[in-house]
Amino acid sequence: MTVRSFQLVATDPLLRAQGVTLEYAGAHSTVRATHDVSFDVYRGDRFVLLGPSGCGKSTLLKAVGGFIAPRAGSLFLNGLPITRPGPDRIVVFQEFDQLPPWKTVKRNVMFPLLAGGMGRREAEARALHWLAKVGLSGFVDAYPHTLSGGMKARVAIARALAMQPDILLMDEPFAALDALTRRQMQEELQALWEEIKFTMLFVTHSIEEALVVGNRILLLSPHPGRVRAELNCHQFGLHSAGSAEFQAAAARIHGLLFDAPTPIVAAAPAQRVES
Amino acid sequence: MSAQWDPPVRPEYELALSPAGAVQAVRPLSAAQRAWRFGWLRKSALLLLLAIAWEAVARLQANDLLLPGALQTAHALAAGIVSGELPRYVGVSLAVLLQGYAAGIAGAFLLTSLAMSTTLGRDLLETLTAMFNPLPAIALLPLALLWFGLGRGSLVFVLMHSVMWPLALNTYAGFRAVPETLRMTGRNYGLGGVRLVLQVLIPAALPAILSGLKIGWAFAWRTLIAAELVFGTTSGKGGLGWYIFQSRNELYTDKVFAGLAAVIGIGLLVENIVFQSVERLTVRRWGMQR
Repeated sequence: MTVRSFQLVATDPLLRAQGVTLEYAGAHSTVRATHDVSFDVYRGDRFVLLGPSGCGKSTLLKAVGGFIAPRAGSLFLNGLPITRPGPDRIVVFQEFDQLPPWKTVKRNVMFPLLAGGMGRREAEARALHWLAKVGLSGFVDAYPHTLSGGMKARVAIARALAMQPDILLMDEPFAALDALTRRQMQEELQALWEEIKFTMLFVTHSIEEALVVGNRILLLSPHPGRVRAELNCHQFGLHSAGSAEFQAAAARIHGLLFDAPTPIVAAAPAQRVES
Repeated sequence: MSAQWDPPVRPEYELALSPAGAVQAVRPLSAAQRAWRFGWLRKSALLLLLAIAWEAVARLQANDLLLPGALQTAHALAAGIVSGELPRYVGVSLAVLLQGYAAGIAGAFLLTSLAMSTTLGRDLLETLTAMFNPLPAIALLPLALLWFGLGRGSLVFVLMHSVMWPLALNTYAGFRAVPETLRMTGRNYGLGGVRLVLQVLIPAALPAILSGLKIGWAFAWRTLIAAELVFGTTSGKGGLGWYIFQSRNELYTDKVFAGLAAVIGIGLLVENIVFQSVERLTVRRWGMQR
């Protein structure tokens, strides 16, 4: 089998959000989730949407997924407007029930491939390849209910990567995991990205996770979600978590999100870079 | 006066781990404990106790015409089976039953598909089930006889009525309980319409659908026996209900009991073999039901 490598040529943005305003119907009124949000995601980006709950970051991700149509503004993928869900944007959800319980691990990974019309044999080979990548070769015939939370997250990631989508949409994928497993999953995701250089849009409410996982962060303020800042964080990896620079960046983001005076301004390394 | 509790400062220590194998010794269960874990063994023991109690009461009563004992009933049942009389009646009943059951399932799936796709379909399902689910199928029998005549058609009609509403209600509830994430996952992969229903909604709602099928089966069975008791035979070929009715007319009370035992036996068989196997192979294996 052949696995086509993800493209790494920085040309036009892969995903472009222009003045996106999202609304959803509440019990008594329509609720505005985001207001006039714009950002660009390039190929190979690990783009993080960060903000407190109520900033519309998950809603934004669902809009990119094509599940919600924007009230105003537009979303383009590869220059084409996003109108409906499609296999070029695979979502990894936080909830564990994203894996159909009636399918084994292998069949779960094969599911979207078969739904897209791929032959059974090729789908199986590809599923096994990606399951090996996330270290689940020994569990291909297990049913999801017998797996731990971290293993379920790995299956979901393998299933998403096996589709080789243009962009991977991750909706707080590790939020329901315990702290130790979450840390491990961040490491593994990092290693996978180093190897394959896929593009992802990552939603989180943890400042530390954003700094560690992403290379660029879009900060959103709550009620409704508006862009507060866009920051670089490519210089931080998993092992810079304790450093002074890292602490300063975290404090700066905290200040931006909660409008508190930032204690360490001089040491802030990540400056806004215009793209 | 408040006492201040200062916990003592204790020395720290580290231990080398002992090998795990030495700690976990597997202790086998005793024969009685193992036997107790088989559900069918427990249930058979219970049935045996009930049969003994029945036999005891029958002997105290000492009136064959009112209450034949367990042994006598077993005799009549065995004789009925050997002579081929009982299997013939059972066959007639089951053939009608399966037709009505299948028709009911088809109706229920049509109705729930409608309800899942349109708001009006949902209103229709909710209104129709609210109207017809409480209506005993047997109450429709006179009407059915008027419309379809004294034959199989009337029976299939009332059976369909008794299966369709509870099954539609359960299936619909099951569809609505499918997690939103799972539904979105399916749509993410480009599934929609019939493919989404077949590949995501039906398997995800299978526990509810199975329980609807079980309720429908029980309803169909009791409706059929009651209908046969009420209007007897169709074109000379009677079912189990007719057999029970006829035996009572001829005062063969032990045969009445044998007929009832056959009804119960088939119910138990279907429940324990068909439905339990399906559940074991699907929802329990998938961890959707314990």
